[in-house]
Amino acid sequence: MSGFRSKGHPGKGVATDDASYETMTADVLIVGSGGAGLRAAIESSDAGASTLVVCKTLLGKAHTVMAEGGIAAALGNVDPGDSWQVHLRDTIVEGQRLGNWRMAEILAKEAIDRVYELEEYGALFDRTAYGKIMQRPFGAHTYRRLCYIGDRTGLELIRTLQDQVFKRKIPVMDDVEVTSVFKDPATGRVSGAFGINIRTGGFLLFRCKAVIIATGGCGRVYEVTSNSYESTGDGAALAYRAGADLMDMEMIQFHPTGMISPAGVRGMLVTEAVRGEGGMLTNASGERFMEKYDPKRMELSARDVVARSIYTEMVEGRGSSNGGVYLDIRGRGADYIKKKLPSMYSQFLEFAGIDITKDRMEVAPTVHYQMGGIRVEPDSCRSTVPGLFAAGEAASGLHGANRLGGNSLADILVFGRRAGLAAAEYARTAQPGRVAEYDAGDEMARLLAPFKVKGGQNPFALKEKIASVMWKYVGIVRSGEGLAKGLEEMLAIAAESKNLEAKGGRTYNQSWVDSIQAWNMLLVCEAIIRSAIERKESRGAHTRSDYPDRDDAHWTVNVIVRRKGRGMGCEFMPVQKPPPELESLFRGG
Amino acid sequence: MSKAVRLRVFRGTGNDPTTFRYDTFDVPAEEGMVVLNAIHYVQSRLDSSLTARWNCKAGRCGSCAVEINGTPHLMCKTSLGMYDGEVTVEPMKAFPLIRDLVTDTTASRDTAGAIPPFTPRSVSKRPWLFYQGDVERSRELRKCIECFLCQDACHAIREHAADYIGPRWVAKAASFDMHPMDGSNRSKFLREEGGLEYCNVTKCCQEVCPEHIAITDDAIIPEKERVVDEHYDPLVWIYRKLKKRR
Repeated sequence: MSGFRSKGHPGKGVATDDASYETMTADVLIVGSGGAGLRAAIESSDAGASTLVVCKTLLGKAHTVMAEGGIAAALGNVDPGDSWQVHLRDTIVEGQRLGNWRMAEILAKEAIDRVYELEEYGALFDRTAYGKIMQRPFGAHTYRRLCYIGDRTGLELIRTLQDQVFKRKIPVMDDVEVTSVFKDPATGRVSGAFGINIRTGGFLLFRCKAVIIATGGCGRVYEVTSNSYESTGDGAALAYRAGADLMDMEMIQFHPTGMISPAGVRGMLVTEAVRGEGGMLTNASGERFMEKYDPKRMELSARDVVARSIYTEMVEGRGSSNGGVYLDIRGRGADYIKKKLPSMYSQFLEFAGIDITKDRMEVAPTVHYQMGGIRVEPDSCRSTVPGLFAAGEAASGLHGANRLGGNSLADILVFGRRAGLAAAEYARTAQPGRVAEYDAGDEMARLLAPFKVKGGQNPFALKEKIASVMWKYVGIVRSGEGLAKGLEEMLAIAAESKNLEAKGGRTYNQSWVDSIQAWNMLLVCEAIIRSAIERKESRGAHTRSDYPDRDDAHWTVNVIVRRKGRGMGCEFMPVQKPPPELESLFRGG
Repeated sequence: MSKAVRLRVFRGTGNDPTTFRYDTFDVPAEEGMVVLNAIHYVQSRLDSSLTARWNCKAGRCGSCAVEINGTPHLMCKTSLGMYDGEVTVEPMKAFPLIRDLVTDTTASRDTAGAIPPFTPRSVSKRPWLFYQGDVERSRELRKCIECFLCQDACHAIREHAADYIGPRWVAKAASFDMHPMDGSNRSKFLREEGGLEYCNVTKCCQEVCPEHIAITDDAIIPEKERVVDEHYDPLVWIYRKLKKRR
């Protein structure tokens, strides 16, 4: 295979002190090309707005492709008793009453349309014997509700939306790291955004009326995570710096089952579909331990419950040989497993040398999802900054203190569409704002700093340091003392991060881009830790050893993080009460 | 496990051969270590200027495609235990080099946009009804993670890059054609614009596919047969002539 090489890009790099930028214009700028970003793009474009999508790696690689289990929507194809009301109830009750009732209502009603729409866009769902879309059971969903495509639902969702984007000829720029959202100094409305064209290393100024943040979550701030490279909390950091509110940042979902061995694959997701299809959890002595924690729902209890149960087995010394627990699907038989869980079968075979039709899997909790994020208005996905919208994992409010499996794919379709529509409508009447020259100048100075440092910190090593502090002090079970220590260490790392060094030129310089991401991660970690310190109770994904009980009298509130002077401040906002006709649905939850 | 692995990594920027070189790094071996783990070790401890594209680190996204000892592989799925001695890691040769191990795989995206999209047959009944058996054929091709290792391995592309769209895109067209509700036909596109004839069925593409998709057997050959049936079959040809005259 030698001798042949495709012609490379012109190698003329941008000088490391070059402070010039290229300008791009659009009505609506969408940051992120996962399911939420692409669905928003389709809607915004169909509504007549000039739409530009930018993503920090490549189109089609977003974390959405990792979603395996399915899309939760109350079609009632398998269980006719299902309805949007039950889906709404499950979402709010299992979110430990912290979620926004209106967002959950919109989700439960509209997910049904979005699934059929996705089918008409070309997605090939598994079928029932009668030819309808098949639905599988999943943790804490009352009925079989997840519409799925084998165990590659997210991949199919992304490809299908990608095709719709191509069909509409919506422009997409890959390899772009957006670093700031700009506001018109006179009106306070969004007037643009700034970023780096990673491939060339050049700067980009986006002049736009609206920005939709669809950048996903922040799982990479933890050492053991199922999340991909991109999940560094950029969206929350962008919005916070633009003055928007963040909410529920302490609510980090630990997925009960991640791989633990070999070391190189630690944290890799083992889909909940394994339990949905009948997988059993056992401890070292072979006991099916979920009987102790949730005898009714067993392995299909809510994720926070299962994750805590596994954690308890592990720390109390009943773990597997590699320090996790066992997950056993062998009873289903080889044919069934290979057909229903093909990716899991090959994942264990290829990464761990284990045949799951013959051997048990070893699993332990892994960081999976941020329930918190940018605070948005439920119907329109508007943030507290005019012209700034957010959808998907980057936004908050829907999942409360615990997200149900399958609700995130429903979320990105439902709220991606709503954000696209609302941003396009906003852009139709909004006047183009002014971008202050000093904003671009300040931003370029901030971004170029790592090129001026010599003999400084390695950004890849600093990212690892952040992740280990989070894992140590802000894990499944937290304490006031540990959190305080975590905050102290995180602020110390933040001080070190001023000394990050970018090595080499500006063309696709990962040490540079990762430095900028590390700053975002630090900001998000501070927000998570401060929120976790504030919430002095245990609810859903947030467990405090010093406050072990849920305390509705004091803590039916969302923790809001907002800029306060030069520092970060927390405030409390009571969870919105649902109208009486919906409240009756939630009784007993 | 104190054994070290020696990595030989391509370095260079764009189309400037004066920057091309190979750097050697010794990385401590760990059980179950894949090439991507070793690259991360280099970045965080030995040389932070090394650039590599990666994302999911679980074989799901297809970002970390490179050539390892001359053969197309995903870095996240390739165990270092497979190799004795030095391991050479280079960028894919069929795509324009950006820097070090990073290439521009978006170069062929226009092709994706040119494939006639999924176009549903007109049916009155909604929601659609079709059966699991109708799903399977297209499903296999939809496992594709767009790592483009198949395009890198394809020698037809190396010789006829301008004329042949390559295995990934033939499989994409076939995944639409095999959709049970699709009412369109991509044979004309594959023959006239896709350059399907350039593929001489050596199956290099399916050998390197990390998702084990039988690209040649299940996409390229059926599409070639369809082109032959529809374009070169004398009966169809006469029928078309007559139809046109009417």
